[in-house]
Amino acid sequence: MNEALMGKKFINLLLEFANIHRFFMRFLREVLSPPYEFKEIIRQCFEVGWKSFPLISLTGFIVGFVFTKQSRPSLEEFGAASWLPALISIAIVRALAPLVTALIASGKVGSQIGAELSSMNVTEQIDAMEVSGTNPFKFLIVSRIIATTIMIPILCFYVAGIGLMGGYLSIISKDQVSMLSFFTQVFEAIKFIDVFAMVLRAVIFGFTIGFVSTYVGYFSSKGTEGVGKAANSAVVASMFIVFIEELLIVQVLSLI
Amino acid sequence: MKKQKFDINYDRCVINVENVSKSFGNLHVLRGVDLKLYDRENLVVLGRSGTGKSVLIKLITGLLKPDAGEIDVLGQVVNQLNDRELRALRQRIGFSFQNSALYDSMTVRENLEFPLVRNKRNLTRAEIDKEVEDVLDGVGLLQTINQMPSELSGGQRKRIGIARTLILRPDIMLYDEPTAGLDPITCLDINGLINEVQERYKTSSIIITHDLACAKMVGDRIVMLLDGKFERQGTFEEIFDTDDERVKPFYDYNFTEEN
Repeated sequence: MNEALMGKKFINLLLEFANIHRFFMRFLREVLSPPYEFKEIIRQCFEVGWKSFPLISLTGFIVGFVFTKQSRPSLEEFGAASWLPALISIAIVRALAPLVTALIASGKVGSQIGAELSSMNVTEQIDAMEVSGTNPFKFLIVSRIIATTIMIPILCFYVAGIGLMGGYLSIISKDQVSMLSFFTQVFEAIKFIDVFAMVLRAVIFGFTIGFVSTYVGYFSSKGTEGVGKAANSAVVASMFIVFIEELLIVQVLSLI
Repeated sequence: MKKQKFDINYDRCVINVENVSKSFGNLHVLRGVDLKLYDRENLVVLGRSGTGKSVLIKLITGLLKPDAGEIDVLGQVVNQLNDRELRALRQRIGFSFQNSALYDSMTVRENLEFPLVRNKRNLTRAEIDKEVEDVLDGVGLLQTINQMPSELSGGQRKRIGIARTLILRPDIMLYDEPTAGLDPITCLDINGLINEVQERYKTSSIIITHDLACAKMVGDRIVMLLDGKFERQGTFEEIFDTDDERVKPFYDYNFTEEN
């Protein structure tokens, strides 16, 4: 009995992977073929950017401020407090900014995309687009995936900037350091590969959030329960995959 | 109220469903159904809830694929078309959903513009505005043009849903439970609108319903879906001239004195 159940679950898992593969291949096909939904892509970019802006600003600032505050005693112990700007710049640009941006966006944007598409599915709005001779995949899915892939890197640069500002404010709460000298040390510490790694991470995370949330929303089960499940799955699955990707990217970049 | 007859062309079949079956797991919904819709005819499909009436029109539009059989719409076999051909065919079919399926993030104007700007990309802004206003005026709801779907009543939503399908001037209209959940007066309005659409836009229509008043008022011909097959067809009177226990309760519930 247990074996039969496990066998069924395994087959369902394989079918799910096959469906994800079909969804991805359809995305590649639709993203390249005209007509392009530029207006909807811009609208979605605005939604993704603007809706996450306040929360991302607050989180970015707090992460920078707290990280600096917590790092100071360890550096002071070795008489290396002057290295603080270099340390926080590397930490924020290499790791914290893309990860914080992706996690906030998973919660804020992912849940919204999942719930919105699922609710459109439940109320047959997606079917209505389909039967009116429109391509709902291009309008709803492609535009959202492109929007998150473009906007998460932009938000990531913003988080890095505001995180460094938080770090600077934390430093000047104890030391007398000019903004110019702080940012000179910051930019001296950051190398091209660090910025490249940040952008690479952000692009991958942005695509992941868009892809996962549209997938769970588009294929959600019918009924109001399906809307809640889709919103929840979009967040949980996006965050989980973002962490796995972070782990893999760190391994790959450490080889360079 | 009896249905006014328009010129039906019985020489031209616009939809031909042949031996179509559809199952969902172990549930056999349609068991080899055959159906013809003629040019400018209003065909009512009656049946109990869950008997596959809505599945039938989803098969016709290609939203679902049949397990067996063939569906010919305007000379094209639906289940053999690729995505592009299917989209082109769908522009000639209007589908009015049971819950209207209006895009709730868009105004009424944007709802109507949506299929128009995507299917007729060479139209100017002025032409789009005129089309939208004409169709809205046709369903008597021009004043709602800038409202959101959430601000409309159930009857208004149905009318806007029908207007959205009419904007592409379809040859065929498919109505899924057009009077479900509406009060009797609004039902009469919607039935009148279905007849008006048939006359003004010269459409052929399939109307899915279990509302006998609607069937009587809009149907040129009625078919009844029983146990996954069309077992009875004819005029309203012919359909219910029977002792079949699967059919009689429909009539008795709607038209006996107790009700």
